[in-house]
Amino acid sequence: MQRAPSSDSRITAGILALAAIALLIGGAFTGLVVEATRDPSGVASAFDSYLLRIVRFTLWQALLSTLLSVAPALFVARALSRHPQFFGRGFILQLFAVPLALPAIVAALGVLALYGRAGYFAGMLGALGGQSWPGIYGLSGILVAHVFFNLPLATRLFLEALQTVPADQWRLASQLGMGAAPAFRLIEWPPLRAALPGVAGLVFMLCITSFTIVLTLGGGPSATTLEVAIYQALRFDFDPARAVTLTLLQIALTFVVVLALTRLGANMTGDANLPVAPRRYFSAGAAETVLNALVIGLALLFVAGPMAATLAAGLGADLGRLAGESAVRQATATSAALSVLSALLSLALSLSLVMARWALALTRRTGGRTVLEHLADTGAGFVLVVPPIVIGAGWFLFLRTVSDVFAIAPVMVVAVNAVMAMPFAIRAIRPAYDAASERHERLCAQLGISGWNRLRLVDWPSLRRPLATGFAFAMALSLGDLGVIALFGSDSVQTLPYLLLARMGSYRTEDAAGLALLLGLVCLALVLTADWMGRREKS
Amino acid sequence: MMPISPERSISVEKGAAVRLDNVSFSYGETPLIFDVDFPASEITAIMGPSGSGKSTLLNLVAGFEAPRSGRVLIGGADVSTAPPSARPVSMVFQENNLFAHLSLEQNVGLGRSPSLRLSEADRAAIAAALKRVGLAGKESRLPRELSGGERQRVALARVLVRDRPVLLLDEPFASLGPALRDDMLDLVADVHSEQRMTVLFVTHQPDDARRIGQNMVFLDGGTVAATGTAADFFVGAGPDAFRRYIGSGPFAAGSRDVARKRT
Repeated sequence: MQRAPSSDSRITAGILALAAIALLIGGAFTGLVVEATRDPSGVASAFDSYLLRIVRFTLWQALLSTLLSVAPALFVARALSRHPQFFGRGFILQLFAVPLALPAIVAALGVLALYGRAGYFAGMLGALGGQSWPGIYGLSGILVAHVFFNLPLATRLFLEALQTVPADQWRLASQLGMGAAPAFRLIEWPPLRAALPGVAGLVFMLCITSFTIVLTLGGGPSATTLEVAIYQALRFDFDPARAVTLTLLQIALTFVVVLALTRLGANMTGDANLPVAPRRYFSAGAAETVLNALVIGLALLFVAGPMAATLAAGLGADLGRLAGESAVRQATATSAALSVLSALLSLALSLSLVMARWALALTRRTGGRTVLEHLADTGAGFVLVVPPIVIGAGWFLFLRTVSDVFAIAPVMVVAVNAVMAMPFAIRAIRPAYDAASERHERLCAQLGISGWNRLRLVDWPSLRRPLATGFAFAMALSLGDLGVIALFGSDSVQTLPYLLLARMGSYRTEDAAGLALLLGLVCLALVLTADWMGRREKS
Repeated sequence: MMPISPERSISVEKGAAVRLDNVSFSYGETPLIFDVDFPASEITAIMGPSGSGKSTLLNLVAGFEAPRSGRVLIGGADVSTAPPSARPVSMVFQENNLFAHLSLEQNVGLGRSPSLRLSEADRAAIAAALKRVGLAGKESRLPRELSGGERQRVALARVLVRDRPVLLLDEPFASLGPALRDDMLDLVADVHSEQRMTVLFVTHQPDDARRIGQNMVFLDGGTVAATGTAADFFVGAGPDAFRRYIGSGPFAAGSRDVARKRT
């Protein structure tokens, strides 16, 4: 005898959540298919040499970005792990978490404010080159921004790997009088090597689907990726057939990469949680200490630079006038409303999947998992395979035949961002829910506490904090996103990132800097809150 | 007996007999088969080596596991397909009997109403039950303010307000020290003598079984190896497997305190 799985309301909730996600992704694919069947020759003829160049550039910039982020990160992480206690170490690690929180468009502006043609370093760089500094649009700009994002991320992930080395191994190494080189080879390299494919894969994936950075820093046709080309095909050339071709290519590309990644066992949400500095029984020599200090110092300058530039440029803007502008106020209100809705939707979907996964695992005794359980478990991860621009493009093509695409901008922004934030929200919620359920499952079954009563009396108290963490994170992601809104935005529906892009486009650099500061600070505050609540949850 | 609430004490059922009728269950590779009776209103100790199926037997009675074949009968009624909350059963686990974020009153109150809508009569019954287990006046405390032994007393208080004819104890006192465990066993024995519910008591401690057990069910290799009265088992009339299981040490010297506490 088995109780029918559907008798548990948690499973029903999970099925509804999966259906909603399927609708979102399915609608996008319908749009693509409909467009492709309407104009198959147009889709086919879009395969030209320009397209090949875009594909090549997409791969090339991702490869270079990965190399430039991951290789230095190995040394920075090692240096940080060698010195578990020094003044400012905690601050550096916190600072390295900031890029994760910053919207890409804010970072892009920071990079421009520093290295751009009119940036703070332009004079110095120009003097070095002997001519006026041309700025860093194009490949170099893309690489600098990608490394700014991914070097700290990779460093934190490698540091996490290094911290899995048991303290006893370090005690043993110091007892045996092991020098820095053999200690690296015998103790540090094995966990780093184990983490390397996953970390490199994650960074590659992030760079291959990067949209905002390439849109704002890429320069013209020679530095365009597939995602940006999709956007241009829809918004500027209005060439739907071409958009379909590009989108299908992007899907194929990400699919291959994700497939390779899952083989490598990469952690697709990329968020390292670092414990407090552990005790180490190993001391670095004087020469090594100087070298490590240099490595850490350089990384610090590279990461802190664009942030400082964002701050300085933002403060230089006429913030009072900006705050008084009705367009800014309107965009702020729109952004706030959309991101709150998006975060709520994301939490509802995530919680449904988390509960359903648990309930399904309970009904199963031994043996294999059902398709449904697999979907509830990893379904959220699949959404990462389909970049927001792809979903946006599909729906754009689908809806343009039936209604005004710009009118549904709010719905698209809320839905797509909610689904994109799900992997992060699930990471916040699932451990707490599973742990609480582990303790309470039999008790609840025995006492007949289920459905709403269970949510109210048992789950809510233990999930309050993780839900708040997930909410803040999802809201920050949605707030800073310039993906779907770039496709669907219009004069009537503008979010802060969209307004920021518009100001950049019309060369109102000061306004853009001011808005970037505002957006960056809000997102940072949200993510710090999420992080803080997550920590309190653990302790 | 001490009335928990007037209307309940009148309708209180005496213990119900529990019967596992050729119940088979498989968890992974090893199949378990139980065919055994637990007499009504008596305390039966269930012993056996690790992995012999003790907890699984209780889970089958409680409804946390479903049998592959066979029937679970409580008071003559087939409850094989009933969900746990619909069975006339209370269970006390080794740990996690309480919700950490709820007060003692709420934790006990969940035994009355799964939505925690408590009437004045319910509150009075809860207060009386907490008093009965020695926690009078601590209604608003949180579980973390209590010792391990006190937390298990709260679980027993909830058993009192639930007032079901069968009580399942899954090594509830295993993590307590010897003196505290004896106190708890005495409390169980007292409660049993008042309520006369059927008690199935899984334990690893021969002392526990001798202290309050009337009957003994010995499991070995996923099936019932022997049944009998506890007295018979401890004077050496049990099966060889049982004697090997408990070892000859403390019992070879004779009946140290056999039957000190009979209810």
